[in-house]
Amino acid sequence: MAEQDIARLLAQRSFTELGARERARALLDAGSFRELLDPFARLMSPWLPKQGIVPQADDGVVVAKGLIDGQPAVVIAIEGAFQGGSLGEVGGAKIAGALELAAEDNRNGTPSRAVLLLETGGVRLQEANLGLAAIAEIQAAIVELREFQPVIGLVAGPVGCFGGMSIAAGLCSYLLVTREARLGLNGPQVIEQEAGLDEYDSRDRPFIWSLTGGEQRYASGLVDGYVSDDVEAIRGELHGLFGQGKPAQERSRRHAWFLERLRAVDTSVQADAAAVRSAYQGA
Amino acid sequence: METLSFEFPAGQPAQSRALVGCVGSGDLEVLLEPGQAGTLAIQVVTSVNGSAPRWQLLFERMFREQQLPALNISIHDFGATPGVVRLRLEQGLEELNHG
Repeated sequence: MAEQDIARLLAQRSFTELGARERARALLDAGSFRELLDPFARLMSPWLPKQGIVPQADDGVVVAKGLIDGQPAVVIAIEGAFQGGSLGEVGGAKIAGALELAAEDNRNGTPSRAVLLLETGGVRLQEANLGLAAIAEIQAAIVELREFQPVIGLVAGPVGCFGGMSIAAGLCSYLLVTREARLGLNGPQVIEQEAGLDEYDSRDRPFIWSLTGGEQRYASGLVDGYVSDDVEAIRGELHGLFGQGKPAQERSRRHAWFLERLRAVDTSVQADAAAVRSAYQGA
Repeated sequence: METLSFEFPAGQPAQSRALVGCVGSGDLEVLLEPGQAGTLAIQVVTSVNGSAPRWQLLFERMFREQQLPALNISIHDFGATPGVVRLRLEQGLEELNHG
């Protein structure tokens, strides 16, 4: 290995190896991190203990205010290691509330922007409709806030982003992924259960990543940036996108174009990575 | 799931608070906050039923060696082994001194 490759690897600081709180701290300007409703507030799920499941003091969601590139920002990080990053009533309300406060800031003249660190299987099944309602509120809040300032979603991995929160990801002004990321409406095991092992083998990791992995999603034009698992690279990407301001048109507003592409797909043959890329890119 | 309470003698209240760990598989979350002078109070919420004697022995062995400041410690345990519990507690106590 060349000398400079070794130096570069040693200088690199992995982002995916960080927990949710460290991720939020790493993206905010040094010394500006201030957490809202921190774990000592003990705003926990009232539903998990009733079902014999140990809760977490922050319900798996970290809301941190601070500065990004000198501008006011809120970073919302989901902890993928707690209950698969699933969203229940409390964690969901923390995210929706933080986004709504950022929109309120903007109406009052403070240009708050938001970063969502999405590491989630979607709704927390133990909290059912309360989780679904919270996710709907999050989606509405993203759409409201993105009118003022960019809302940037980042799927870093290893959990990925699935279920209702993949729709939230699709509503972001910009979406970033790493190679470790996966993004999809249904998780691999759900698809396997519904469509059968022949169609979709959830244990075949190269196959799963070839269809839903970060690189494939970027090559298909479904996300805006493909970043390496490095704190400085991710910070740089965020600064660049915030510097650009809002996109001319959000991806979710281009739904007609996407639907047209999907209608042209021949579903009688098993899709592979190349077929999916060409379906979206028309190559 | 079980909720357990423990009390041990302690010194003066700690000066800061700390959080370490996560309620992930085989791991635990520990919140340490200043407590009542003279008392170390520990509340454990654990996914493993029938583990009270194991926690008692683990704490006794750990606190025999050192007098701790007065703390309220909350533990949310998701099946951590005694070795992991001890590492997390020691990490938390170290964070108290550097927080």
